[in-house]
Amino acid sequence: MSILIKGGRVIDPGRFVGTVDVLIDNGKISAIGPNLSAPVEARTIHASGKLVMPGFVDLHVHFREPGFEYKETIQSGSAAAVAGGFTTVCCMPNTNPVNDNQAVTEFMLERSRLAGLANVLPIGAITKGSEGKELAEIGDLRRSGCVAISDDGKPVMNSLVMRRAMEYALAFDLAVVDHCEDLHLAEGGCMNEGLISTELGLPGIPAAAEDVMVARNLSLSELTGARLHLAHISTAGSVRMVREAKGRGIQVTAEACPHHFMLTEELVRGYNTHAKMNPPLRTWTDVHAIKEGLRDGTIDVIATDHAPHATQEKQQDFTEAPFGIVGLETALPLTLGLVEEGVLSLEQAVQKLTSAPAAAFGLNKGTLAVGADADVVIVDQYEQWEVDPSKFRSKSRNTPFAGWKVKGRVTVTIVGGRVVFEAGVTEQ
Amino acid sequence: MSLKRKDLLSLASLSADEITLILETADSFKEVTGREIKKVPALRGKTVVNLFFEPSTRTRTSFELAAKRLSADVINFAPSSSSVVKGETLLDTARNIEAMQADIIVLRHSSAGAAETLANGVKSSVINAGDGWHEHPTQALLDLYTIRQRGMSFKGLRVAIVGDVSHSRVARSNIYALVKLGAEVRLVGPPTMMPCGVEKLGPKVYHHMDEGLRDVNVIMMLRLQLERQGRALFPTIREYSRLYGLTADRVRLADTGVIVMHPGPINRGVEIAPEVADSLSSVILDQVANGVAVRMGILYLMSGANS
Repeated sequence: MSILIKGGRVIDPGRFVGTVDVLIDNGKISAIGPNLSAPVEARTIHASGKLVMPGFVDLHVHFREPGFEYKETIQSGSAAAVAGGFTTVCCMPNTNPVNDNQAVTEFMLERSRLAGLANVLPIGAITKGSEGKELAEIGDLRRSGCVAISDDGKPVMNSLVMRRAMEYALAFDLAVVDHCEDLHLAEGGCMNEGLISTELGLPGIPAAAEDVMVARNLSLSELTGARLHLAHISTAGSVRMVREAKGRGIQVTAEACPHHFMLTEELVRGYNTHAKMNPPLRTWTDVHAIKEGLRDGTIDVIATDHAPHATQEKQQDFTEAPFGIVGLETALPLTLGLVEEGVLSLEQAVQKLTSAPAAAFGLNKGTLAVGADADVVIVDQYEQWEVDPSKFRSKSRNTPFAGWKVKGRVTVTIVGGRVVFEAGVTEQ
Repeated sequence: MSLKRKDLLSLASLSADEITLILETADSFKEVTGREIKKVPALRGKTVVNLFFEPSTRTRTSFELAAKRLSADVINFAPSSSSVVKGETLLDTARNIEAMQADIIVLRHSSAGAAETLANGVKSSVINAGDGWHEHPTQALLDLYTIRQRGMSFKGLRVAIVGDVSHSRVARSNIYALVKLGAEVRLVGPPTMMPCGVEKLGPKVYHHMDEGLRDVNVIMMLRLQLERQGRALFPTIREYSRLYGLTADRVRLADTGVIVMHPGPINRGVEIAPEVADSLSSVILDQVANGVAVRMGILYLMSGANS
């Protein structure tokens, strides 16, 4: 089966930008160039006026399977991914049971194969049960298909364990991903600490809870030479420290989430549980710092931290409601917003969704080079639409962006040479 | 004049005029509580539900008495937090109660914002009887009533609030109201007990008690949550008491006509010396007595009985 994408504006970050055709054959990119002719049996997709890009790579999603299938499954999460233009997603291990062993990893890969939509790549746990004590069988996790390790959400507080994990992961060239949060400083907190938490009487999470762990992790990366990836950084302090560390040649990559460059803690007013996530929404100063970090390359990657929760969970009172929002189906227009605002060039924005995340985990993805896997997304950059959670492919509806009028929408998503999403067409 | 709002959730959201209206309405009910027959028919046929997720004796009793003296039907509903089935949301519980045609729900809950969440979900009027560390508006209103009863005017009044402001809903409600009414509010306590940025709400922060109490007209002591020892907020009760306990000597630093308040229950010998609690300056029992009249006024205004 061949597909010819004709006349689109191709953006292959760092390699090529221009209006050409893309030919897909046998699941691979087989040619790129002007006026390609289609083989007889090929399907032709007319893409003039549209953007043609490598499928997006999300280093940070929670698909909740096994264990919390009422929130999301690998099937529903994958459907949300491809609807949002993501062809590769990396699943955090905080499932039940925790993905700290080969059996869970293989189960997730099998589910993904059955779903047949996106490339779902598991992230293994750093420690057994993500309890922060003993290392998980990291070699086994790597062998069975994990692409990174993390105890996301339950950061490794013991610095010696973290040091050993970083050293050990070097043997497998695995990125070590940390959700930077000092659990003592953050204890009981449910929003950013500041005047608003004081007014609302909510326990706060100070920016320092993130900053001290970023500082620790950078020191440990310097000590061990590990491949450190910082998940969802949210504070001006984190950006400053990562910038300084990169300047000194320390191995580190960092990601930011759309909500952390779009929203502030103000949104919590009224005890809006859709504004409850961890790390919490911060201040305008932090938002500006995140944008500046994205602009100057301090922050390499845009990731969603797609964290589905059931409606009844988010309807609990603010302190009880779980942290997190869904993000896969809104990330593209929010990122394009940064282009409109002049923070990023279009190519930079695409890079942070494709080649940069692929490079951070060493994935063979995020490019349209001839011979690469044919994971492609076609986007109408100018289509305006209103975010309507009831139309999400995700099982969950927990988004603070409901009702937002946004611009930029996925037209077609192709994974491994197969069309897995087409706008206006309900998938199987 | 009437209170044109469905709910009483916070004093942050009330205007100075609305606060004054509540205090003036309470005056007429204060008179009722002094009569031989302490009952008026104002809320006859109305149903008031006390929904208390946190244990409370005095606030619940005070609301119950207030509602009964207004001739309302009163139901006390006290699901202990642990017995509420996981997954049943606050809203589900409240909708059940609403289905029994409750006119007013009085809510006490350990989570900040619970009253607001509830108010957005039900048609009944909601009165916040304390939500987490957020607000306890009726307590602050009875505090204000007690101050006013002593003939003090709020403009320029110097009020010291002493103790763990961070974890106090009583302090927050009083700060909002007193600042609005033109008082000079001082917060006294160690830095570990002062919430982030609280000065931006109007008060001045003092870490030395003697300095904070100088020439004040009102001293409001906050209850020390003894279980917070070990959470690194203060080293020992002994040291806390020495630095921030209200003694007779310290009372003398204040204005000669100073009144001493406490929302109760008091830790005698910890935040307040027994001889101060029992002194002539102490209005602690007046606060309790006024609580009923103030809550009658609030229930009356919220019931729409006057419109």
